[in-house]
Amino acid sequence: MIALALPAATTEEGFVAPTIEDTHYRDILPWGGEYGVLLEAGFGKQMLLTILSVVLIAAFFLIASRRRQMVPGKLQFLGESAYGFVRNSIGKDIIGGNDFLRYVPWLFTAFFFVLVNNIFGAIPFLQLPTFSHPGSAYGIAALFFFLWVGIGLKKHGIRYFKLAVVPSGVPWYILLIVVPIEIISNFIVRPVTHSLRLFATMLAGHLIVTLAGSAIEYMVMTGNIFLQGTSVLVLVGSIAMYMLEALIMVLQAYVFTLLAAIYIEGALHADAH
Amino acid sequence: MLDAAIMAAEEGSNPLIPNVWELLVTVVGFVVLMYIVRKFVMPAFEKTFAERTEAIEGGIAKAEAAQAEANAALDQYKQQLVEARTEANRIREEARAEGAQILADLKEKAAAESARITEQAHVQIEAERQAAVVSLRAEVGTLATDLASRIVGESLADDARSSRVVDRFLADLETSSSAGAAK
Repeated sequence: MIALALPAATTEEGFVAPTIEDTHYRDILPWGGEYGVLLEAGFGKQMLLTILSVVLIAAFFLIASRRRQMVPGKLQFLGESAYGFVRNSIGKDIIGGNDFLRYVPWLFTAFFFVLVNNIFGAIPFLQLPTFSHPGSAYGIAALFFFLWVGIGLKKHGIRYFKLAVVPSGVPWYILLIVVPIEIISNFIVRPVTHSLRLFATMLAGHLIVTLAGSAIEYMVMTGNIFLQGTSVLVLVGSIAMYMLEALIMVLQAYVFTLLAAIYIEGALHADAH
Repeated sequence: MLDAAIMAAEEGSNPLIPNVWELLVTVVGFVVLMYIVRKFVMPAFEKTFAERTEAIEGGIAKAEAAQAEANAALDQYKQQLVEARTEANRIREEARAEGAQILADLKEKAAAESARITEQAHVQIEAERQAAVVSLRAEVGTLATDLASRIVGESLADDARSSRVVDRFLADLETSSSAGAAK
């Protein structure tokens, strides 16, 4: 954490690297400053993008599913493919059974919500993956944490906690070690990693792109011909990083949804594990 | 607000501390989006999928029915063809048997006819032979007596005696000839 807070200035008039603070813009509609650090906020770009993503996703799928036809048009086909992908290759394949459809809205919404919000980071001018702010990542991971714990309790009752942390067929002296490990891994590490994985990859990618951008700007502005020449290399490197970041944005949306499905499946079939 | 921001920047704020408003916006946004998905998007897609599956399966069922019907018709035609062939064979067989029967009947009839004709001929020949024997016997007797009376005189003219002599002679002749035949 200390290392992440990059030094604000290298030399007196040299390159000033952007810090994490530079990824937070929150001055569109400031409010709430009096509630302290946690609640210190205004209506910022990040929230605007989150709302925009909800509107975009809802609009796209509502239009795509509005005129249902046996032989789909291009838009309907696109919508159906997207829906079918989450429904079948995540919902059906991971959760399976007869009632996997009940959890498809969760998975479907998670996948496209995370995907679109991540891709905002790759779109010029928007250029902010909303999950690079920890609040968003915690929020969505918490929703899924409560979902799968709720599923486990509903399905197995209070016995669910025993099923989740006490593996069957293990001698008691090993249980002394295994049970604390299982408690920590299932109920603490799991939701934390679920959120941090998404948050950290988005933040890192966003920082790299920001860093490269400001470095290029600085090098070009110096008026030093050598630095200006070298900036081409940074540009090429930053394009490669941009491509990698775009890949990771899609991949993290998939990973997040896949893990959510695996956790739901684990809660549903806690007695079989 | 400005003071807080400056303070945060100076401290190098911890990137893991969430902004509660952002968290709320995300959670509310997610829930709203999920409501829309559950209420409108998912039912529409699921309905389309179900209808499409039904259409495809209905088409397959229809094609299968048509195929089954065609197969049934084919079987029926084959069955009829086999029946017709059997019938034709049976008729041919019957005709052959009938022909053979007719031929056999004709042959039998012809054989019977020829046997009858032969029999008749035999009977006639026997009758004629008997007649010839009778007439020959009478004639030979007469001729012999005539010849003998010519040779030995008139004494043999007595009919009764001469016929007795002739009969005895002929009987002796038959006996000797049958004995010779037996030997």
